[in-house]
Amino acid sequence: MFGSALIVFRESLEAVLLIGIFAAAARGLPSRNRWLAIGIAAGLLGALLVGMLSEPLAQLANGAGQDLFNAVVLGVAVLMLAWHNIWMASHGAEMARAAKRVVADVRSGKRALSAIALAIALAVLREGSETVLFIYSIASSQETRLFDLIGGSLLGFTAGVAAGVAIYAGLLRIPVRWLFSVTGALILLLAAGMAGQMARFLIQADWLPPMASPIWDSSWLLSGTSTLGSILHILIGYEAKPTGTQALFYLATFALIAIASYWVKQQRFVARAPI
Amino acid sequence: MMTKQSLTSVLLPIAASLVSLLTASPAMAVDIELNLIIKDHTFFPAELKVPAGQKVKLMIDNQDATAEEFESHELNREKVIPPKSKLPVFIGPLTPGKYPFFGEFNQATARGIIIAE
Repeated sequence: MFGSALIVFRESLEAVLLIGIFAAAARGLPSRNRWLAIGIAAGLLGALLVGMLSEPLAQLANGAGQDLFNAVVLGVAVLMLAWHNIWMASHGAEMARAAKRVVADVRSGKRALSAIALAIALAVLREGSETVLFIYSIASSQETRLFDLIGGSLLGFTAGVAAGVAIYAGLLRIPVRWLFSVTGALILLLAAGMAGQMARFLIQADWLPPMASPIWDSSWLLSGTSTLGSILHILIGYEAKPTGTQALFYLATFALIAIASYWVKQQRFVARAPI
Repeated sequence: MMTKQSLTSVLLPIAASLVSLLTASPAMAVDIELNLIIKDHTFFPAELKVPAGQKVKLMIDNQDATAEEFESHELNREKVIPPKSKLPVFIGPLTPGKYPFFGEFNQATARGIIIAE
């Protein structure tokens, strides 16, 4: 029972933390909850579908179908996170001023929310489809008692949701003028970590060379199997033994988003400054 | 507009290196292929020897009626193998050492180790 609780907890954690961070980052945007719900519901539906189609999907591209699918899902999610951060670079100040009121530019706010909803849907889809496969595979093996499985899964899922609520509540304690800088930094690190994971799937499928393998080994300091190691893996993409290609994807994504956000902020400053 | 120029000068090399990375695939030729069977939620063989410094194609053949997830933190790999399916996982080049792996869906029984030498 605790085995299945742990697996469901681990699978749900990444998606749930992302939802918690985004819920805080979208504070002050109109009809935020509806968009979050749309993202979660679409992700759950997608997870069921992908779980059911896992066999034909896996056989695509000489057995690399699942790796390529994961890489594409992560790639699109990274783009959405990047877009969100660049959008926040130009609207963050306005949102901090009007955190409880409706943001003035409703149409633009709607676009930001749809990017958030899509990123959430993709995270739920990826982690959810693995959970579907796990539960299905346990349920169909005769040794398991169904009660243990359902109880364990519910326990793991509840713990996952609690972690998401905790991070959301924690973020809301941050003063509003700092809040969006904090969520922006968290989302930047999440995006870089996802880009690194995307590289790993492409290397596993032999679509990319690993280059230096590993480029460093910090498992003596913090092992990837430890609790702290796996939490940092989800939050900032920590890897004890990354390949050179993973590190390159991580750094390139980090740099591109940070530079583009900085540039957008500067542009806005220039546009506002008196001539 | 200095900012625009400096932005381009930073972005272009990064984009170029990404493009060269992508066009370089598929990566080097594989010369070693090994089979790993999953049966009754157990790996056969439970111990695999691979040469260090070379890329290896691991063909994982799941003969069970349930899915399994091949996972290894040491190898930095994670892949779901659906029931009655055979899928490749590319590993390495590895430095000499021991690399344990396990089946995430059946951790009590599905355990094995890869030894690179």
